[in-house]
Amino acid sequence: MLQAFEGGADGVMVVGCLEGDCHYISGNLRAKARVARVAGILHDIGIGEERLRMYNLSAGEGAKFAAYANEFAAHIEQLGFSPINIARNPGLAPRQSPEDKEPQSDTEPESVLEEA
Amino acid sequence: MITGTPKPIEEVLEMLEPYSRVVVAGCFGCVTVCRVGGEKEVQVLSSALRLAREAKGNKLEIKEVCLERQCDPEYLDQLRPYVADYDAVLSIACGAGIQFVAEKYPTSPVLPGINTGFLGVAERQGEWSERCQGCGDCVLHLTGGICPVSRCAKSLFHGPCGGSAKGICEVAPDVPCGWQLIIDRLKALDQMDNYGKLIPYKGWSTSRDGGPRRIIREDMTL
Repeated sequence: MLQAFEGGADGVMVVGCLEGDCHYISGNLRAKARVARVAGILHDIGIGEERLRMYNLSAGEGAKFAAYANEFAAHIEQLGFSPINIARNPGLAPRQSPEDKEPQSDTEPESVLEEA
Repeated sequence: MITGTPKPIEEVLEMLEPYSRVVVAGCFGCVTVCRVGGEKEVQVLSSALRLAREAKGNKLEIKEVCLERQCDPEYLDQLRPYVADYDAVLSIACGAGIQFVAEKYPTSPVLPGINTGFLGVAERQGEWSERCQGCGDCVLHLTGGICPVSRCAKSLFHGPCGGSAKGICEVAPDVPCGWQLIIDRLKALDQMDNYGKLIPYKGWSTSRDGGPRRIIREDMTL
């Protein structure tokens, strides 16, 4: 998860099976604890814990996955670029409003979603 | 095992403020088992430190290493290729390991990334508790395998004090009275005669009262 942020992700979405329905029995519960821990780290280092979220759904729920992905992408768009990307590209605005479609610089990166 | 807890990241960042290139050194010994200073923790801490520093426009270059043990000189040599090239070493081994690194590399600043705890056991995943204070004169054969030094808040040797109530120590409601545990265990083992034995006054010179300790095994030295 942290590597994804180092790689330039503005947000990281972790997707696990429904609780109680994990093929690896408690794998998704362990992932949940890990996500909470990493969220704490992101808070402590000023990246922001809101840039990391975990979703639970079954493998057969494609439409729900798409809805979650769209929801998370919109959430990250609203948050704007991560402090890392702003530090790497000083021309980037800290927060991009939905109306502001003008690129802030030539090197403006796309928001990146990482599936973990 | 020797247990520990991670230092708050803000504290580590403050320590590293003067440096731009550091070695983050873990240990595959006790701190790996209690998940505070192993290879995975080296990776997570390094990643967090890099992110925090880069976000502030003050990039930090990190060499990630994990030694077999930081308390043995032969493994410490594994650090030698990096130490000279980096500004400092952040060790997330126990206090013994951190000090040994500092001793072996006297010209390099060596910083602690964890707070070392106690000699303890894993109660369950994520929970450890103290079992031994290394007093140097074990009496577990007389006390049903439960240590009066580490399990009794006062390290008493002849039974519970007045602060024991319903099996709980007055120190905290979740701390069992060590002597209640000992007596219950002796009863279960039918060894209550041990409770009546006067344990001679304890020579604390084998513990910390004798100053920093040293073990020399003539049969082992070369």
